[in-house]
Amino acid sequence: MPRTGVFICHCGTNIAATVDIDKVVEAARSFPGVVHAEDYRYLCSEVGQDLIKKAIKEHNLDRVVVGTCSPRMHENTFRKAAAEAGLNPFLLEVANIREQCSWVHRDIAEATPKAVALVRAATAKAAQNDPLEAPSMEVEKRALVIGGGIAGIQAALDIAEAGFTVDIVEREPSIGGRMAQLEKTFPTLDCSACILTPKMVEVAQHPNINLLTYSEVEQVNGFVGQFDVTIRKKARSVDATRCTGCGICHEKCPKKAPAEFEMGRSTRKAIYVPFPQAVPNVPVIDRQACLYFQKGRCQICAKECPAEAIDFEQQDELLERRYGAIIVSTGFDQMDPSGYGEYGYGQHPDILTGLEFERLFNASGPTGGKVVRFSDGKPPKKVVFIQCVGSRDKARGMNYCSKICCMYTAKQAILLKEKVPDARSYIFYIDVRAAGKGYEEFQRRAAEEYDVAYLRGQVGKIFPENDYLVVKGVDSLSGKTIEIKADMVVLAAASIARADAPVVGRILGINSDSYHFFNEAHPKLRPVETHTAGVFIAGACQAPKDIPDTVAQAGAAAAKTVSLLSKEVLQGEACTAVVNQAECSGCLYCEAVCPYGAVSAVEIEERSAGGTIKRTVAEVNAALCQGCGSCTAICRSGSINLKGFSNEQILAEVDAICLQC
Amino acid sequence: MSAVLNDPAVGRKPLIVAFCCNWCSYAGADLAGTSRMHYPSNVKVIRVPCSGRINPMFVLRAFQRGADGVLVAGCHPGDCHYSTGNYHSRRRLSAFKRLLEFAGFEPERFEVRWISASEGDKFAEEMEAMTAKIMALGPNRKMRDARWQSKSLSK
Repeated sequence: MPRTGVFICHCGTNIAATVDIDKVVEAARSFPGVVHAEDYRYLCSEVGQDLIKKAIKEHNLDRVVVGTCSPRMHENTFRKAAAEAGLNPFLLEVANIREQCSWVHRDIAEATPKAVALVRAATAKAAQNDPLEAPSMEVEKRALVIGGGIAGIQAALDIAEAGFTVDIVEREPSIGGRMAQLEKTFPTLDCSACILTPKMVEVAQHPNINLLTYSEVEQVNGFVGQFDVTIRKKARSVDATRCTGCGICHEKCPKKAPAEFEMGRSTRKAIYVPFPQAVPNVPVIDRQACLYFQKGRCQICAKECPAEAIDFEQQDELLERRYGAIIVSTGFDQMDPSGYGEYGYGQHPDILTGLEFERLFNASGPTGGKVVRFSDGKPPKKVVFIQCVGSRDKARGMNYCSKICCMYTAKQAILLKEKVPDARSYIFYIDVRAAGKGYEEFQRRAAEEYDVAYLRGQVGKIFPENDYLVVKGVDSLSGKTIEIKADMVVLAAASIARADAPVVGRILGINSDSYHFFNEAHPKLRPVETHTAGVFIAGACQAPKDIPDTVAQAGAAAAKTVSLLSKEVLQGEACTAVVNQAECSGCLYCEAVCPYGAVSAVEIEERSAGGTIKRTVAEVNAALCQGCGSCTAICRSGSINLKGFSNEQILAEVDAICLQC
Repeated sequence: MSAVLNDPAVGRKPLIVAFCCNWCSYAGADLAGTSRMHYPSNVKVIRVPCSGRINPMFVLRAFQRGADGVLVAGCHPGDCHYSTGNYHSRRRLSAFKRLLEFAGFEPERFEVRWISASEGDKFAEEMEAMTAKIMALGPNRKMRDARWQSKSLSK
């Protein structure tokens, strides 16, 4: 019979107000094996923990049950206290009498017997507990950053500066991400490239950073401290060690294709670098567009390349690498607004998205930095901006606010006035959201100094007439209908999760919200961690956000990564599966259901009828096992059990909970 | 303590045992608490790492011991903390529910629900709904082993 001590917490009045503590303590004294029971106002306090430690020694306890808040809250606190008193921490059980009892029931006559039942169940389970040891695992002192936008760049630099090796995997030919596409940043009107490019160069030159551009993560196995990652390094068709970045190849290449970097608003060559400041400045051949790959002739780039760097034979390369931690910073997309028929996007060249309009200001953009119409090359005099296209739209788009549109629209209106001094901007908005340092002032400046007309209301229809676009809307403040003959319309389309975010989430085993933005472990207290230990998130893959927030989050994710990589060993999962090999029939269903590859077949020798026979049975690698218990439920002979949540423990709980006293 | 047997004649509320996975549904149940939602006190939760840990034996045992309803709650399909556990439990437990029906036991007494860590309200609603349903069904007489209750109390 175990010697169990039961400790009931008042949690101030959080528990004591709806649970009669004295009755629970009294009932606990009658449970089998209980040799000591007491209560205290705050068990999690230092005094409370000392009380438990003292009782363990005084009453020679070998099991401890605490009736407190949720085990998700303080199980570790109490287990640590038990360990300090010399007890194996896994001999302690928590009865959740706050979140799942006192807080959800109003009546003391109902909550008290339930608390008794929960404490009884925990006591019954504890009697079945075995001392467990968590395996210790080595930490691979190398981090992986997926996505080389500003979030990934910042995170990688911070980790590298702390002295750890970082690999950045970026699927495009260059790092830089969305920020590289921007002309200016709000609210300071810093030139985006001027502040980003030095960071990109720093990444390329940092001795602790390895850049894997034009590469994608294919598979992630393993767990915190030891992630085994397969990375596909796509064939660039250019030998990066030879290429000098002179640019002759794309100058001479005869084949054009739509430029992804310009959202298809201009063309690039079949061999190209996405933008002039690209890092690395090594071109790639788009094999779908290249004449040699499609038709078997041309090879002009190879003939012209002075460094002989063109390599048509290059193949995709699969790299297998191990990492201790992973940061996901895969960024966002801008929604294609063609679903909003009334705005006519895609039907007229002068109806643009915010990002497309941004590119007009850029010297390397589709118009060479001239703000002109795609239709006739003339500068626009009247530009209508429409906010919340797809955002804050429960019926047809996204329920959320995309957060950056109010500010970048104000910025673009200011930039427009500077480029085309006689231009006028009209902004249709629902609300102006300018929360951020210097944001409100910036937006005011746009309205007051740059003569931007803010119109609260919605646009119902846009159609071309002569050489302009008729924008028909309603001003909801005056109730009047408005008609503007605009030269250009800019749609602030919603920021949305990357189209392949669900795939990335599945590869990494992290979950996302209903819009496919990755979920943080706790919305307030663990904003950069995910529920998968060792995987962190940064930037707009978590939710739409601006550059300062992204950089701050990236720094936080890097700090978390560094603190993880600084550890020599990590404590693994103690609650792992274990096979009773004498009973195992070797069907290996367990191997098939294990998500971690922790179960494998092993041959054992057994005595049988005077001789020995060899038999195949299952074996669990405790270092890989994460303790889900899938194998235990599928086992046909009941030969696998899960430590910490064994069949005996769960059945003891069931029995005790069903006992009606 | 006076022993009130698990007897329907006493007019007690039905006993519902809810097996909740640690990562989603147990956290959802906690959230119902932190948000001060209310649900009937006859629902009692047992924490398991994953809904995939649930062996139908646990459910049967609860019914034998007098539970009037059993609920297994896990992460939404696709969101399993262990990637695939709830897919296995979904198939296994839906087959098990059919088996209960085949054996002549009311399958409505056994439910599987997907409740995420952010769905405290859903947890409370499901518990209300389950309790109401089991109240209408009446006590579990078929699988309950009345001898066990008195035997374990006399021990």
